[in-house]
Amino acid sequence: MTSPNTLATIRFGTGLRPEFPAASPEAMLAALSEPDQMVTAFPLDSYETRAAFRIEYTRLQRARNDSEEAEAAFRDIRDALNREVLNQMAVTLARGVADPHGLRERLVWFWADHFTTVGGRGFMRGAIAAYIDEQIRPHVAGRFGDMLEAAILHPVMVLYLDQERSYGPNSLTGQRRGASLNENLARELLELHTVGADGGYTQDDVRQMAELLTGLGVTRDGALAFRPNNAEPGAETVMGNSYGGDGQARLADIRAALHDLAIRPETAAHVSRKLADHFLSDTPDPGLVADMQAVWMETGGDLAAVTATLLTHPAAMTPGPGRVKQPLHFLASALRALEVPPEGVIRAPLHRLRNLAARPMAAMGQGWQNASGPDGYFDDDAEWIGPQTLAARIAWCMTVPSELRPQLPDPRAFARDALGDAAPPDLQLAAARAESRIEGVGLVLASPAFQRS
Amino acid sequence: MSRLTRRDLLLRASAIGCSAAASPLMTPVAFASAPTDNRLVVIILRGAMDGLDLVQPYGDPDFSGYRPDFAIGPAAGAQDLDGFFALHPGLGDLMPLWQAGELGFAHAVSTPYRNQRSHFDGQDLLEAGTGAETVGRSYEDGWLNRLVQTLPGATRETALAVGREEALILRGAAPSVAWSPASRLGLTPATADLLGMLYHDDPLFREAFEDAEFYSDLLHGAFDGGDMEDGEMMEAMADSISASNRSVTARSLASFAAERLREDARIASFSLGGWDTHRGQVNRMGGALRHLSSAISELRSGLGPDWDRTVVLAMTEFGRTVRQNGSAGTDHGTGSALVMAGGAIRGGRVVGDWPGLGQGDLFADRDLMPTRDVRAYAAWAMAGLFGTDRAALEGQIFPGLDLGPDPGLLR
Repeated sequence: MTSPNTLATIRFGTGLRPEFPAASPEAMLAALSEPDQMVTAFPLDSYETRAAFRIEYTRLQRARNDSEEAEAAFRDIRDALNREVLNQMAVTLARGVADPHGLRERLVWFWADHFTTVGGRGFMRGAIAAYIDEQIRPHVAGRFGDMLEAAILHPVMVLYLDQERSYGPNSLTGQRRGASLNENLARELLELHTVGADGGYTQDDVRQMAELLTGLGVTRDGALAFRPNNAEPGAETVMGNSYGGDGQARLADIRAALHDLAIRPETAAHVSRKLADHFLSDTPDPGLVADMQAVWMETGGDLAAVTATLLTHPAAMTPGPGRVKQPLHFLASALRALEVPPEGVIRAPLHRLRNLAARPMAAMGQGWQNASGPDGYFDDDAEWIGPQTLAARIAWCMTVPSELRPQLPDPRAFARDALGDAAPPDLQLAAARAESRIEGVGLVLASPAFQRS
Repeated sequence: MSRLTRRDLLLRASAIGCSAAASPLMTPVAFASAPTDNRLVVIILRGAMDGLDLVQPYGDPDFSGYRPDFAIGPAAGAQDLDGFFALHPGLGDLMPLWQAGELGFAHAVSTPYRNQRSHFDGQDLLEAGTGAETVGRSYEDGWLNRLVQTLPGATRETALAVGREEALILRGAAPSVAWSPASRLGLTPATADLLGMLYHDDPLFREAFEDAEFYSDLLHGAFDGGDMEDGEMMEAMADSISASNRSVTARSLASFAAERLREDARIASFSLGGWDTHRGQVNRMGGALRHLSSAISELRSGLGPDWDRTVVLAMTEFGRTVRQNGSAGTDHGTGSALVMAGGAIRGGRVVGDWPGLGQGDLFADRDLMPTRDVRAYAAWAMAGLFGTDRAALEGQIFPGLDLGPDPGLLR
C-alpha cells in the first residue's frame, strides 16, 4: 500500500532517495517558503555574466580570421560555451538529485517550460539557464503576475519571440523606416502564457497587445531596453482594458497589462488546468482544477496557494499510474534512486554528461534546452512513450546505472530504494527474477511504476 | 596508457646504478611481467545455465522423458561426446577443441548454495567463493582476488575485470584493473520477458514495447546498423544506447581479455548473460551458447601461443530443473556443468560422478543432484596453474572447501 508521503514525493517531487525520508505534501510546501538552498549549493552564472561572455564571444568570432591565434582564441571560447551548456544541464540535474524532495525543482521545470525559450540567437546563447534562475525560479511560490512580468520583460524572451523587431507603425522608427509590428510575442503571451487559446481574445486583442509591447528591445550590452521611438503612440485596449495613451509610451503600461492578464479568470483557468495536467493526468479532476482556479482568483495569482491547493487536494493523491515522467525528471529520479552524489553530476567530465545524459535525453524526446517551440514540451503521455523513445529509456536503464555505480545494489533492495512502498508486487517479482544486478536494476527503472509519477 | 616492459625496467635499473631487485625505488611493478606464465580466465554465466542442456546426458535412460519438447542427443543435432553425453549444437563450433583435448566439462557441479535459487545470492556466492553460511551477507572480496593475493609479485596489472559492472569475483585487497567497454543495449530474452510482464497492464508501455520488438536487433543486442531504414531515428537510438558507438559483444569482451593476457595480465574475468531460459529454451539456449562459443574461440585466437598456458573456466550460479516447465523452458535448479577450455587442460572428457536422474536421484525431486563442489575444480586448476597450495586453497581462497581427490585437470 502506497503511503501518502511516498506518493507525494514521487508525484510532486523528484522521487525517493534512500538517505531522505519520503516527504509529506505539507512538508514539501513548507520548504517553498524556506530559502532556496539548491540555487546556493549549485549556482549558475548570472545573466549579466553570460551577456558579458556573449559580447566577448562575438568579438572573438569576428576576429577569428585575423590570425591563427585569433582562430585558436575563438575555438577556446566556443568550447567554453559548449561546456557551459552541458554544465547547465548538470547543475539542473544536480539540484533535482540533491534536494530532500525536489518540489521546487519540479515547479521550476514546469514554469520554465511554461515560459519556454529556445535557441542561441544573440544574447540568448548560453543564457537560458540564467533566465530561468533569475526570472522564473524566484517566483515559483510567489505571484504569477511577477513571474509573468519577469519572464516577458527579459532580453531572452524578447529575442526569442522577435519582440525587438516589432515597431509601432506610427512610431518614429516605424514612420521613418516603414517598419511594422511583429505579433509573435503578443500572440504567445495570450495564447500560451496567460488566458489560453480559448481565453476569449480576438485578433484585434493580439494586435493591440503587439502595439502595446512595441518599444521593447535589447541594448548592445544585452540588457532590456525600452525605446519610446519604436513604441506605437496612443492607448491600446487589450481584452477590454485600456493602457497608456497619456503622453509618451512607457514600460509601466506594459507592466500594468501583464499584471491584469495574470489575474484574469481565463488565465487562472488555463494555467491551473495546465499545472494540474502536468502533475496529474490528461484528465485532471474538474473539482481540483476549479479549486485551484478559485484560489488563484482569491489570492490574486499566489502560486504558493495554488500549488498548495493542488498538492493537498484528495484527487491529487489517488494512487495508481500517474503521469509518464519527462526525460529530465526520469533521469533526476533515477540518479536519486541510485544514490548518485550530486557533486558527482557536477564534476562529471563532458563526454560523460553528453553520453550518459544529454544524448539519451534527446533520444527520449527531450533534447536539452531544445523544445520544438514556444509551447514547450507536451504533457501527453502517449507522446513520450513510443517504440523508439521507450527503447531509449530502456537502453538508459540497462546501460547507464552500471556506468554510474561500480557496485549496483541487489535489485530487490533497489526496488524498495526507488519506489518504497509504491513498488508493486509484479515489480518485486521481476526484480527478484532478473538475470543479474544490471538487468534487475534496469527493470526497476524501466518499469511503469518508476517511469510514471 | 604506457606500460613498462621488462626491458624498460632493466634499463631504468641500470641507469640508477643498482639492481632492480635491491632497489627500494622499485615497486613490485618491476616484476609485473611474470608472477607466472600461466593464465586463468573465469567466465561467469549469469542467469543459471542449464548444464543438462549444454552437456546432455542422452545415454541416461530417464533423461528424455523429462524434456519431451527439447532437442536431445545426436539424433536431434547434438554432437556426441562419449556415447553418454552429447554437446548442444550451440557449442558445435568448438568440437575441434574437444577433439584436440582443449575443451572439457565437469558435470553435476554446484556451489554450496542450496534451496533458495535467487540469482543474486547465487551469483554472489559463486563469486565470493565462500560457504553456504555466508549467503545473504555483504561480501568484501571475491575468490579470484584472494588468489591474486597469494601470487608473489602480483601487481595491479595481473588481474583484469572486463565488463560493465564491478565484479565481486575480483573485488578485494589486491588491486586489479577493470575495463568497461562502451556498452550497447542487449536485452536478453529473459529480460525482455520480464519487461513484457511489467508492461502488460500498462497499455501505453505495452504497445510501445511490442512495437519496439520490431526493432528486434536493437533489443537483442545485434545493432550493427547494417539494415538501417530510418537513418536518423536509428542513429539517435544508437546514441542513446551506447556510451560511444562500439558494441559490447561476447567477442569484444574476450578479445580485450586476450589482448591483456598477452601482456601483463594473468587472470581475467568477464560475464555472459542470457541463461535464464524459463521459456522457449530451444532457441534461447542456442543464442546464449553462441556467445559463449565466440568468446572461447576469440580467446583461443587472441591468445595465440599463450593459449597453451591458459585455462578457461565458465561457471554459473546454479543449474535448472531437470523437468521442462509449462512453457518449454526450465526453472531455477541446483546442479549444473562447468565448462573448461584452454591448451593447458586435459580435455576431451566429461569428468565428475554422474548422479543419475532416476527416482530419488534428483535434488529435492527436481534438480540435478550436485556431486561435487564447483570450487574444487577451480581450486585444482589453480593448484596446477600457479602452484597454489592446499592451505591457501582451502583456507583463504575457498574457505571451508574440501579439495577432495585431484581430478587431473591439467596436462
